[in-house]
Amino acid sequence: MSNILNVSPSPHAHGKETTKKLMFGVVVALLPALFTSIFYFGYGAIIVTTTSVISCLAFEYLIQKFIFRKPVTITDGSALVTGMLLAFNLPSNIPVFIIIVGSFVSIAIAKMTFGGLGNNPFNPALVGRVFMLISFPVQMTSWPVPAGFSTGYADAVTGATPLAIIKEGLKNGESLSQLVTQIPTPSQMFLGNMGGSMGEVAAFALLIGFAYLLIKKIITWHIPVSIIGSIMIFTLILWLLNPEKNADPMFHILAGGVLLGAIFMATDYVTSPMNPKSMIIYGCGIGILTVIIRVWGAYPEGVSFAILIMNAFVPLMNAYIKPKRFGEEVKNG
Amino acid sequence: MPKTFPIGGVHPPENKITADTAIELLPVPSSVVIPVSQHIGAPAAIIVNKGDYVKTGQKIAESKGFVSSNIHSSVSGKVNKIDSIIDTSGYKQTAVFIDVEGDEWVETIDRNSEIITEVRLSGEEIIKKCLESGIVGLGGATFPSHVKLTVPAGKKCDVLIINGVECEPYLTSDHRLMLEKGEEILTGVTILMKALKVGKALIGIENNKTDAINHLTKLATIFSGVTVHALKVKYPQGAEKQLIKALINREVPSGRLPLDVGTVVHNVGTAYAVYEAVQKNKPLFERVVTITGKSLSRPGNYLVRIGTPVSWLIEAAGGMPEDTGKIVSGGPLMGKAINNADVPVVKGTSGVILLPKDESERMEISRCIRCGKCIEACALNLEPYLLMTLSEKGLFEKAEHERITDCMECGSCSYICPAGRPLLDYIRLGKTAVMKMVRERNMK
Amino acid sequence: MSLTVLITIISLSLLALISSVILYFIAQKFKVFEDPRIDEVQAILPAANCGGCGFAGCRNFAEALVKAETFEGLNCPVGGATVMGSVAKLLGKEAPVVDPMVAVLLCNGSPEFRPRTSKYNGASDCRISHNLYIGETDCSYGCLGLADCVRACAFDAMYMNSETELPVIIDDKCVACGACVKACPRKIIELRKKAKKDRKIYVSCSNCEKGGPARRACKVTCIACGKCVKACEFDAITIENNLAYIDTNKCTFCRKCVTECPTSCIIEVNFPPRKPRIEVQAEVVNDNPNV
Ligand code: SF4
Ligand code: SF4
Repeated sequence: MSNILNVSPSPHAHGKETTKKLMFGVVVALLPALFTSIFYFGYGAIIVTTTSVISCLAFEYLIQKFIFRKPVTITDGSALVTGMLLAFNLPSNIPVFIIIVGSFVSIAIAKMTFGGLGNNPFNPALVGRVFMLISFPVQMTSWPVPAGFSTGYADAVTGATPLAIIKEGLKNGESLSQLVTQIPTPSQMFLGNMGGSMGEVAAFALLIGFAYLLIKKIITWHIPVSIIGSIMIFTLILWLLNPEKNADPMFHILAGGVLLGAIFMATDYVTSPMNPKSMIIYGCGIGILTVIIRVWGAYPEGVSFAILIMNAFVPLMNAYIKPKRFGEEVKNG
Repeated sequence: MPKTFPIGGVHPPENKITADTAIELLPVPSSVVIPVSQHIGAPAAIIVNKGDYVKTGQKIAESKGFVSSNIHSSVSGKVNKIDSIIDTSGYKQTAVFIDVEGDEWVETIDRNSEIITEVRLSGEEIIKKCLESGIVGLGGATFPSHVKLTVPAGKKCDVLIINGVECEPYLTSDHRLMLEKGEEILTGVTILMKALKVGKALIGIENNKTDAINHLTKLATIFSGVTVHALKVKYPQGAEKQLIKALINREVPSGRLPLDVGTVVHNVGTAYAVYEAVQKNKPLFERVVTITGKSLSRPGNYLVRIGTPVSWLIEAAGGMPEDTGKIVSGGPLMGKAINNADVPVVKGTSGVILLPKDESERMEISRCIRCGKCIEACALNLEPYLLMTLSEKGLFEKAEHERITDCMECGSCSYICPAGRPLLDYIRLGKTAVMKMVRERNMK
Repeated sequence: MSLTVLITIISLSLLALISSVILYFIAQKFKVFEDPRIDEVQAILPAANCGGCGFAGCRNFAEALVKAETFEGLNCPVGGATVMGSVAKLLGKEAPVVDPMVAVLLCNGSPEFRPRTSKYNGASDCRISHNLYIGETDCSYGCLGLADCVRACAFDAMYMNSETELPVIIDDKCVACGACVKACPRKIIELRKKAKKDRKIYVSCSNCEKGGPARRACKVTCIACGKCVKACEFDAITIENNLAYIDTNKCTFCRKCVTECPTSCIIEVNFPPRKPRIEVQAEVVNDNPNV
């Protein structure tokens, strides 16, 4: 027979899912948040996102091409996702050179030194962000107030984030009921009309992305739900104990990066645990750490740190927390 | 709400192209090749010689040992030679080559098409008949049926499960059989119940085959103890342990058999074969085979004599399409790719699928992105990504600890992996190594 | 202020002191006596940890050497006579003479001689292909070409020849550790005694099938015709399992068998060219760039 047949072990079929499709699925899920941030922050949002994405892709390309000398895989979309997530974690008026430094840290240090996609223990975008936060604290914490396209890139009016307002206020001995006039209302927060980093402000846009990820089965509910749930429960307890000193759960969820972190950062495949049981433990860990940092720590925001800390535990969880196997025998049973 | 098994599973596209094509009789080819090892267990010993004249249904190889099976000639004619041929196992196996002359059946076979529902034989006689007629599990595993029907002392079976799930994409042979031979199958089920001494039989069918469910439900009213159950479509529902879990919510412990939870699973095809053996005295020498493929001009379900070369079957279905890249014997997820079209149809061949070139290449392998989709897909909640790494590195003790031997090789993990990693390839490798290791340890 | 510094220094020093004392006692308690010669022997061994000696690593081998009564059966193929000699001197024992060996591939089925009948498309691993089916050709004994042996070699002594799709052994680098022999699922790599000038004559085929089917699968297979057995004046060739085998202990490298073989499956390497009147059909197998 002239026709030479292929032979391989079973299965002879493969699902439609590929790494690339999953990554681009995440990009699509990020689009609503991107649009709202452009709506609120105007040119700044566009400049920051483009810079971050382009520099992430460029660093990945350069490293793979000239240092690894292996086939370049920037088309798999993982650097694109990192670039977008990094941008979403930045204020919209941050100088371009800082973004480039941040992308370098994300891609070159947090991802490539470990061997590239699949091997990095820490979420690259978060490592980049935390690096920037520590190195450029001033630029990283001057948040432009939403003004759409009415102001330019560099001359945006800046204000504090709701979390920072509360942190500062409490430190100065004010009580929450006094501060409440300075912070946005829950509905404003839900729509994203407040100061903050680009991607984290609009809760509704992030939730749309979440729904998309769930429907497309790109992520499962375990991590986001356990993060949000544990934050809610923890802050509820604190709030009930002392409503004058502690903000209510709704505020904690909507303010700052909880939703962005829970939906997009903590669920990063590579750096999150792989089975549902550990996913829930991981999520609860992030939730609790976030609240601890927010309420007792030096920084007003704690999601990034919490996720990075829990990232460190992931290999341990993968090794020791096992799913219950089918047909696992109960002892003496 | 249709039932299903609780954990894991995937939903490959069904592609049941031939679901509405009635079973046709495939003309007898001019020569057949009958391998002596078509079942799990010891190969049968050949009892004919070169030059002998054999009749259709005549025994040509005898079972060796308890777990083994008789083999019968599927045609009448002269034994041309006894030689080896590459069969679906991928290696050369001893086989009997027969040149067909006419079609003369052994006289004891009742060729009347009238359906006999009354079971006259006793339990023991039924089991003996199954052994005699060379009945094996026709779902694909080809485990000798008489072994499965013999309940060892100390074990109890209280319910029989009949597998009409056919969860593999493309395949429709069981589906057609249920539609066209419903009454025979139900009689076969009654026979199996009698052999096992159980009063209850559950037939599980996925609800993409509503016509078969309705048909059998209607017929089942006259067979006492037999009920038909619709199941949600999900692969690998046809796996014994998953089907048991779905139907009667019992979980077979790892490393044990269904009998340990008081049940036995048989395929509908097997039930039909048992009917024919017991009521019609007809040994297993032909079976329904689905021949299908997207570019095949006349895909269909054929009643095929064992030993017919696959190429003959492909001819009948309109000839091999130009773009054929791979021929799979069995379903696309668990079947075996064959390396040439001369491979004979054997008892376990439930279908032959011709995959076009673009579907027959594996995708490029990239790094594991640790998405956990393989864990999610595994119906046994194993961690395929880990098992693969362990097998690749040769860490077999650890792999054993992670229960690599539980893997039923369903292929869901390789199917779902977005990075195209050959998970099952390596798991199978590790599993073989671990089983060998365990065997050696037990010998000591 | 200075008080804080003082307290810190004192408390940390105390902590360090206490921990070191604890560590010291623990170390004492769990101390295992080890023969100091083990370390010395290990220092002599090549530290390749290749497993060629049959032990898991150089240290295990060193332990075995120190414990052993005689060196019978103990050999480090990597270090060879020099290393074994110095170990023997150190331990005051005698190292038996072990012939140096070299690995050879018993298959010559390049695509030219052994037509491909299917295309393997699974994971690139000989073991998987071997477990799955006969292979890309009709020979169920021959090389599968997926380079398990090359990956197993810790000395870079093997590479895949892309044209013949067969592995090539670089004699100069091969230390005969046997890793490839173990790695090959088809067991077609053999360790043979090294001859002078690295000459080799061997039957490069592993097909145990009868002549007919074997030949159909591959043009350069051994068909067990027995011609070489008759040609050999030294009784060095035997046929077993439809396969000729040349005993290195008896072979005198006269090359008579090579020209006798109708399928040219006996291979000669590193010989000077023959006188022109004899036509040689044997394949050039030594495409080693280092020679
Ligand atoms: S092949 Fe094995 S490991 Fe993979 S999904 Fe099936 S049972 Fe689980
Ligand atoms: S499905 Fe594939 S990529 Fe995802 S964890 Fe499993 S092996 Fe890794």
